[in-house]
Amino acid sequence: MINSSSDNVKKLNSINRRMFITGSLKFFIMVGIISRLFFLQVKENKKYLTLSDKNRIREWKLAPVRGEFHDYFGNVIAGNFEAYQLHVIPEQVEDFRYVIYRLKDLLELSDKEFKKVLKKKNEIKPWETLIVSDNLSWQKFSKINNHLYDLNGVKPVISISRSYPYKENFTHLVGYVSQANENDIENTEAIKKNFVPGLKVGKVGLEKSFEEKLIGSNDIERYEVNAYGRRISQLEFQKGEKGKTLRLTIDTEVQMLANKLLEDKAGSICVMDIYTGAIVAMQSSPSFDPNLFVFGISQDDWQLIRNDPMKPLVNKTLQGNYSPGSTIKPIVALSALENGIINTNFTVKCTGKTEMYGQTYHCWKKKGHGFVSLRNAMKQSCDTYFYEIARKLGVDKLSATAKKFGLGEKVFGELFGIEKKGLIPNTEWKKNALGKGWLLGETMITGIGQGYIQTTPIQLCLMTAQIANGGYKIYPHIVVDGDKKNQPDDKFTPLFENPKHIEIVQDAMFGSTNEVMGTSYRSRIDDLKYQFAGKTGTAQVKKITEQERELDLKTFEIPYEQRDHALYIAFGPYRNPRYALSILIEHGGNGSTTAAPMAKKLFKLIIDRHKLRQSMDNKKYLEV
Amino acid sequence: MYQHRRFTTSSFNFFQKFKNFDYILLVCILLLGFISLATMYSTDGGKILFHTKSHFTKLIVFTVMMLIFSFINIKYWFLIGYVSYLMIIGLLVWTYLFGITSSGSQRWINLYFINLQPSELMKIFIILCLAKYFHRMRLENVNSIYTILTSLVIILLPMGLVIVQPDLGTSLLIAVSGIAVLWFAGINHKYFIYTMLGFLISLPFIIAFLKPYQKLRVLTFLNPDKDPLGAGYQIIQSKIAVGSGGFFGKGFLKGTQSYLEFLPEKHTDFIFTLFSEEFGFVGSALLLIIYAIIIYRIVAIGASSRSYFAKIFCYSFGAAIFVFITINMSMVLGLLPIVGSPLPIMSYGGSSMLATMTGFGIVMSAKVHNQQSIA
Repeated sequence: MINSSSDNVKKLNSINRRMFITGSLKFFIMVGIISRLFFLQVKENKKYLTLSDKNRIREWKLAPVRGEFHDYFGNVIAGNFEAYQLHVIPEQVEDFRYVIYRLKDLLELSDKEFKKVLKKKNEIKPWETLIVSDNLSWQKFSKINNHLYDLNGVKPVISISRSYPYKENFTHLVGYVSQANENDIENTEAIKKNFVPGLKVGKVGLEKSFEEKLIGSNDIERYEVNAYGRRISQLEFQKGEKGKTLRLTIDTEVQMLANKLLEDKAGSICVMDIYTGAIVAMQSSPSFDPNLFVFGISQDDWQLIRNDPMKPLVNKTLQGNYSPGSTIKPIVALSALENGIINTNFTVKCTGKTEMYGQTYHCWKKKGHGFVSLRNAMKQSCDTYFYEIARKLGVDKLSATAKKFGLGEKVFGELFGIEKKGLIPNTEWKKNALGKGWLLGETMITGIGQGYIQTTPIQLCLMTAQIANGGYKIYPHIVVDGDKKNQPDDKFTPLFENPKHIEIVQDAMFGSTNEVMGTSYRSRIDDLKYQFAGKTGTAQVKKITEQERELDLKTFEIPYEQRDHALYIAFGPYRNPRYALSILIEHGGNGSTTAAPMAKKLFKLIIDRHKLRQSMDNKKYLEV
Repeated sequence: MYQHRRFTTSSFNFFQKFKNFDYILLVCILLLGFISLATMYSTDGGKILFHTKSHFTKLIVFTVMMLIFSFINIKYWFLIGYVSYLMIIGLLVWTYLFGITSSGSQRWINLYFINLQPSELMKIFIILCLAKYFHRMRLENVNSIYTILTSLVIILLPMGLVIVQPDLGTSLLIAVSGIAVLWFAGINHKYFIYTMLGFLISLPFIIAFLKPYQKLRVLTFLNPDKDPLGAGYQIIQSKIAVGSGGFFGKGFLKGTQSYLEFLPEKHTDFIFTLFSEEFGFVGSALLLIIYAIIIYRIVAIGASSRSYFAKIFCYSFGAAIFVFITINMSMVLGLLPIVGSPLPIMSYGGSSMLATMTGFGIVMSAKVHNQQSIA
């Protein structure tokens, strides 16, 4: 018993000792945990608070509202309209299959479209929005609204989208918008910054050139989200800014007339203010409806546009390199005058053809014009005369004058990525580009705008405008820019040596249009108010063989692709010039019969609307 | 040295027992129960949903059970020491044969009203069994080979049965409970030191035998940022939750990490994270103090108990509970790798609460019957 009790005492001593050891151990561990808590919650609190916010707050960007395009008078050329859309959030729908088949019936979706919607549904999370239809007609939209009681979870939504009310009238100028692709995002900072799925960005034309101004900025919604990305509550809404609205120098009436004149033809018309360089109209034909692209063009429509032999996708005004034909003659004449090669009394005898080093150079008039002076040569577009003066002048001097007047250079600089430079050849160019010496014969055909020389319709328009304004340099522009400081220094610098020379050329062009025997005499307007001066051009597409020359076929007898391009340049009113234009009809045959009559109609309208345009300018000053 | 107060069983009636209650312990347990209920309510997103209701029911049932257990004389607990151990071994075998499999391990027995996890019960009843085993043993016999081997078998048998489930975490906690008893029973401290050294040396080999997911847990613990969305996700989110709680916390029902479902297993193993996010350092420290008081009371009851059995049970149970709490907290605070171990009372889970409440019941019984000597 004593033994056992002493053992008990020992046992108790042992257990109590160990209890104390354990107790102090517990104390230290407890202190350790408390200090860990203190470290995390007090010392590192800021770090973890940030991490926690990063976890729970997510931003949603909404598509920005795009800036509009207005014409000179404030008509909306490219605007925004309210598109009727249909959204479904799959998880809010009780019976998704039923609803989606019901929608298929109501919207009359094709099997292909229906499959597309189902595929999209599988790609998104159940609480994300499924866009069943992005641009419903009003009829279908109201039909859906009438059946809403039956369509749980279906949301009719009005969203803002691009519209081009004038359809094909401005396609080449303004361009169109469509869904942004990876290239767009990569190459444009503004798109990258404002990108949201489904964002529409400019693909061509001014829509693309002014993307950064037009795009605006996103509305930003901040939501609290859970671990799976579901939105729980909205924390903040930050309103974005609408993109800048751009006012163009274009007159919609003139533009629409140009479009109508070019109907069913391939070609281009552009009209320019000869003092300000403001583009009044600029149309390339055929055109197409840009609205087709906004919600993604259908394969059928796309093939139709792409495979059209008249090439609607090409902006012929800027991208079309054409031989200028006789429209170059005013510049050849001016260059010859400026360089002192000829004077107004200089005459050449035209017999219908000229022999030179074994080559025969034909005038368009087989019988020849007889003795012609400069004025008559321009008036009747005598080729022999221009062979002769070009030969005397030399191609290098000719090209120097042509370049001064804006040929061989991009008219709008880098504004349109697609614009072509054309080609004004000289001896150096040929040596560098082709590695061959310049031939005299080539100078002669350059004198009538054939051979290597190529110009775009907009360049011809600028050239005409600069002749019309008395020979002063102007910079064409399309967007009305309030900022006058960015104007280049050499604006309005004279491009001539002697103002008389310009007057001689102007007078010759006047003769060409308004005097008997003039090539565009039939298209003249006698009313002084509308009277204009111009120069026709007929550019050969292929070399005419002797055999064909003998046949002397009428235009309609030649296959379309081999017909000549018809050109016309003009300015008016002659007494007090204000506008210049250039017209090009691909394979239109003869400049005087196809292109010149269009100028008559255009000048009527342009000059009629001049007062209105002027009053817009005055109004601007009055407002200031 | 010891007062031998004589009293008759008849005079030791219900009311005296009631008077003998450890009210501080009881209040702390009830307080803890209340806190756990509030936290559970928060995990349900501020609504009384399944977890809250179920937790509430279990809390009521098991608290009543604990009170009933308090009135059972400590000598009867002594009596059932071995039997209960063997019964639970039987249950573990049953689990092994017919248990319910969930998320890859077979841990539960379906009892229709509750899915019982016998391994949780073993954490407590192994203490009861070993306490009985050492109760009568003379100190010099404690360190005999026979005793040590027997007690090792008692510990290793359930461990093995739990490891095959597989559930490494719980089997380690069973080992902790057993080793705590061995420590208090007076096994030479050299053995503990040798075992520790042996364990450290063999650690690389043990790791080689670990299952891939267990290895991943260890690696993740060492570097959670390596795979923040995969294996490291739990620990990173848990640390963010605790850390963002700050000094005063985000406020009740305002813990964004849990409310927005960034926290994994917030009902069970990570419940402290949620509590800590909403109540901050102040709340967490308060919770720790409540736990500290509970452990202190358990140890104090052991110290004031007359019987060696009660003493050894209370000390071991106190140590085990402490280890459970510490391991759970270290885990959620990124101090230990993730091992599945619930926070006593706070975590959702019937078996764990049943075991813990049984333990409290026995401790309370030791307090009520602290003058009871066991022959």
